[in-house]
Amino acid sequence: MKRRAFLAASAGTIAAPFVARREAAAQSPSRAETLLLVQEYGPNSMDMQGLGASQPVNGVALNCYDRLVRFKRVPLPDGQGMTFTLNELEPELAESWQTASDGMSVTFKLRDARFHSGRPVTAKDVKWSLDRAVSIGGFATTQMAAGSMEKPEQFVAVDDKTFRIDFIRKDKLLMPNLGVTIPFVFDSELAIRNAAGDPWAKEYLKNNVAGSGAFKVESWKPGTETIYIRNDDWASGPKPAMRRIITRDIPSPATRRALLERGDADVSFGLPPKDFKDLAEIGKVQVIGVPVPNGIWYAAMNTATGPYTDVRVRQAVAWAMPYDKIMQAALYGRGVPMWGAKGPPTTTAWPQPFPYDTNMEKAKALMQQAAPGGFSTSVLFDAGQATIAEPIAVLIKEALAPLGINVELNKVPGANFRGELAKKTAPMVINRFAGWLDWPDYFFFWNYHGNNSVFNVSSYQNPALDRLVDAARFTSDQAVYAENVKAFIAMAQEQLPAVPLAQPLHDVAMLKTIGGYQFWPCREPDFRSFTKKA
Amino acid sequence: MLRTTFWRLGTAVPSVVGVIIVTFLLTRVLPGDPAIYFAGPVASAQAIADIRRQLGLDQPLWAQFLRYVGDLVHGNLGISLNTGQPVLAEIATRLPASAELTLCGLLLAVAIAVPLGVLAALRQDSWIDHLCRVVTTAGVSLPVFFTGLLAVYVFYYVLGWAPAPLGRLDSFLSEPPRATGFFLIDALLARDGEVFFAALGQLVLPALTLAVFALAPLARITRAAMLTALASEFVRTARAAGLGARTVVFTYAFRNALLPLLTTIGMVFSFLLGANVLVEKVFAWPGIGSYAVEALIASDFAPVQGFVLTMAILYILLNLLIDLLYGLVDPRMRAA
Repeated sequence: MKRRAFLAASAGTIAAPFVARREAAAQSPSRAETLLLVQEYGPNSMDMQGLGASQPVNGVALNCYDRLVRFKRVPLPDGQGMTFTLNELEPELAESWQTASDGMSVTFKLRDARFHSGRPVTAKDVKWSLDRAVSIGGFATTQMAAGSMEKPEQFVAVDDKTFRIDFIRKDKLLMPNLGVTIPFVFDSELAIRNAAGDPWAKEYLKNNVAGSGAFKVESWKPGTETIYIRNDDWASGPKPAMRRIITRDIPSPATRRALLERGDADVSFGLPPKDFKDLAEIGKVQVIGVPVPNGIWYAAMNTATGPYTDVRVRQAVAWAMPYDKIMQAALYGRGVPMWGAKGPPTTTAWPQPFPYDTNMEKAKALMQQAAPGGFSTSVLFDAGQATIAEPIAVLIKEALAPLGINVELNKVPGANFRGELAKKTAPMVINRFAGWLDWPDYFFFWNYHGNNSVFNVSSYQNPALDRLVDAARFTSDQAVYAENVKAFIAMAQEQLPAVPLAQPLHDVAMLKTIGGYQFWPCREPDFRSFTKKA
Repeated sequence: MLRTTFWRLGTAVPSVVGVIIVTFLLTRVLPGDPAIYFAGPVASAQAIADIRRQLGLDQPLWAQFLRYVGDLVHGNLGISLNTGQPVLAEIATRLPASAELTLCGLLLAVAIAVPLGVLAALRQDSWIDHLCRVVTTAGVSLPVFFTGLLAVYVFYYVLGWAPAPLGRLDSFLSEPPRATGFFLIDALLARDGEVFFAALGQLVLPALTLAVFALAPLARITRAAMLTALASEFVRTARAAGLGARTVVFTYAFRNALLPLLTTIGMVFSFLLGANVLVEKVFAWPGIGSYAVEALIASDFAPVQGFVLTMAILYILLNLLIDLLYGLVDPRMRAA
């Protein structure tokens, strides 16, 4: 063999491994049918009903499972994408439903739908899934109870296609609560077959999807990526435009932003408000911000113990609060103001602005009466929310100093923060709350009611307020409802267990070629409605 | 040599036992409560108690420890609450990711730092010596996340030379069949050129970032060790005996300078492996450092214990390897 021929031959041999291209690539969905979404972290389980499920698991429940009903979709005010209304429901797995004449039960007719396994969806599966939600404990059970669904006996599989829920009391939250990401329907036979003796198949469903939803999970690598593929046999809605969704976990927000701006990612979830503000101003990508329903950033003050037990001190803090600075320097304008109302509430809207402004004269006068010497205290916030909470805390510290209140910042990581909240001893806490069911009485029930839930950070106890909240929750008379709601909002404005700072926007940034954004109470992206222009 | 190896491994046993006890106790005295955290925001006291029982946290400390050691003996490191996956499986996928990145970064750093240090020592106070000084100062003083973000900004965002920093592989490619967990090697084994070059492309920026950081100690040690060696009597003797400059520098001086260099490489490697959390975050690298930090924030005991244990064993093995390498470099060590 000549030297040159030998060289050519060996070059061929060396190159050979690289020539073998993979066949699969040709068959997989093209870039045009694939959506790449980047987010801070992905699901830690496939089972939203299970214990310890993280926020992104809602997305699995939303896209891979069906519920009986879903909320009616309504366009956002500026025409970019859609939001929802809780007051009207649309069919999902249920084709139709009828409330009994005595108003104490509701009967659903199921549509002809099939699970990913090919089995038809029956009333038996619905019953098993709802039984599971009320029995499994933890968040799922609490959420079901919020709509007065408490025991398995309430759920009746009448026949294969007919399912009934018996009410233990009339509760306006029951029907809307069927549309959230907890009461979704499992393939009960598949789950039980793989349960290895566990009645609720917790281990199997944590790692596997057994649903009838619009997407299946193609691969799940916790901490790295989750890939969803369209279920072409989905019966509960129009066929989704995207065939494949890749969600990548990119912890650094700067990297997520760069990926979007370069056009390598289609959608970016969860950026700091400053980035959303910049992106919205630059205008290369579209930024959609929806005010989080029932959500506020607040500074709660402990009414049971410590320096804020005197209501005048709480009012002084509300007058001293640097609202506008917080909006500009902590939220970068990505929020709705919650201050500056003129007088007591005139509507039942929630959240709504409180009748306070930044007014140091009034603040100083109140402090003069209540605690002329001032005091030293601390403010607690979650390190995981520090991007927003830390600047708020610094601004509050600065604003309260002239009142003689010396504030020390207490930033603690996630697991400790929850523990501190449960102790209910922190004098002041900066936090955000957003209830799924957008009713003021629901918000007040969790935050200020005498049941003293973990969200009642200020340990506020007031039987008069409890009566108003309970009356609003269970009345069906609109006038009585409005009267009670306005009364308890007025009470919160005067008593101030917490000073609302702003209603946050839920922001998402997308390439201009991406359409069909849908906002839901769970705040996770709905893959079923995304579209992509070539 | 085999005897030395076994002897050294034997002496490592008490360290491992110590590490097991200390990590167990340390995770228990952390202030956070995993049961409250994982029960979710609206958990009832009942739900929290259930989780506590499931995790065995309601039992006395000694019983928990016995259970932990029992699991360890069966190779079970527990389950991470954060990710819902067995710790052993996650460490097995994440350690190679970290190791591949760290090795590439270290090789790059050695390839630059050693010639730089040697040249700086040979031509003291020349421009190359000044360059060495500037590079090492910059390397130690620039924080890793800064160089990482700067690299992303310049090479990806502005110039568009580097691929999207999406982790180990572009989203539209699938991983090579797993043999070693090192994508470069696995892709070669699978004869998949596309994946090999894609994985290599993803590695370049994070490896460079790490290299900039690791350069500094390596270049400085090389320079200092070379200076000492060059000033020593045996080099003077060699020069006086008329040996060639190349022989003097490489055979006599450099071989002696290798010893402190090896120690430093070992230290830098083990340090980088667990401590490059920031590089992992910026480049979305699914490595072991960010895994441990996330677990720590959530008071997720099992991954933290698994991480510390794995790192301890790695340190021990690495130290052993370096000691054995000493023997190859320096015959005196073999006798001892």
